[in-house]
Amino acid sequence: MLTHTQARPLIQERLGIAASGEGPLLLVEAPPDQWLALGRLAKAELGCGYLSFVSAVDWKEQGLEVVARVENLEAGFALMMKCKLGAGETRCPSLVPVWRGADWMERECYDMFGVRFEGHPDLRRILLPHDWEGYPLLKSYAVDTPHPPYR
Amino acid sequence: MEIKAPKPQIPPAVWTEFKDLQEWEKLHQERPEGDKHSALFESLTEGIFNFPGGFVVTTLADGFLNWARKSSVWPVTFGLACCAIEMMATFASRFDVERLGMVPWASPRHSDLMIVSGTVTIKMAPMLKRIYDQMPDPKWAVSMGSCANSGGPFRHGYHVVKGVDRVIPVDVYVPGCPPPPDALLYGLLKLQEQISHFRKTGQRAAPTEKTD
Repeated sequence: MLTHTQARPLIQERLGIAASGEGPLLLVEAPPDQWLALGRLAKAELGCGYLSFVSAVDWKEQGLEVVARVENLEAGFALMMKCKLGAGETRCPSLVPVWRGADWMERECYDMFGVRFEGHPDLRRILLPHDWEGYPLLKSYAVDTPHPPYR
Repeated sequence: MEIKAPKPQIPPAVWTEFKDLQEWEKLHQERPEGDKHSALFESLTEGIFNFPGGFVVTTLADGFLNWARKSSVWPVTFGLACCAIEMMATFASRFDVERLGMVPWASPRHSDLMIVSGTVTIKMAPMLKRIYDQMPDPKWAVSMGSCANSGGPFRHGYHVVKGVDRVIPVDVYVPGCPPPPDALLYGLLKLQEQISHFRKTGQRAAPTEKTD
């Protein structure tokens, strides 16, 4: 069985990314064009079948960062995948072709941060009403924005 | 006062043809011939009241009708958040609102009271308004808990209505987070007190316009 000590050189060999992090928690930062390749590698070769979450962070002028955590439950290690999109960039490859469970989490991520996941089958708002304007978890969103009157 | 008759819909309007269900409901709420029965009732009571000594009859009738109204206030079963747990406890055997003549009823069309128990989100506000509109007049509303009163801890959030009185008119506000069953029971007793002074059926105040 593949352990986390064997996983690090594998990622280095396939993608040329050095995984940081301590012990069984691997921290991998991939650029957007390698994001899907990293997902496929994690699912197929590292055996990370369990997608824990997909979320995002707003780093203000540095732009958005998409964060996903996947786990290999048999070997007992986890992969924290991060993807900096760059300033002003909202497009990101979708992980739905790899993990079906990413569907609703990416919809929520789109709902709250406005990240456009390319390749997502049904990208629309999941929590907020469909006529909502803006993305409320962005740092630039003014919380006390008056909303349109109730119908 | 002239009320415009709604345009005849050919073929008859079905709700799927409307862009929004609210539009369809609005069409059905417009009464082209006015409210005949209320006008008749009002002119009749005015006549009796203006007759010498007639005020005794109307006052007695008001007292009797108000006693009947306050003794059978049926709240619609409508729980929104954690306050609904306390509301259920109030409905259950220990606090027992049935001794006040209140029966939690699962249909808004048979109910007189709406207890708004919990956070009203902006997405939920249209549904709340629709359920309130489905209740027959005279109807009352109790705002239960901080969230329904003013938005509470979520007041500065992005998704919460800052007080349910921006959507529907409210008669009694019960503070607390959540209010214990005793507090809600006190609020309901206050509501009954208010109903016993209630004059004339029907007309309710519009919700207060607030801008911020």
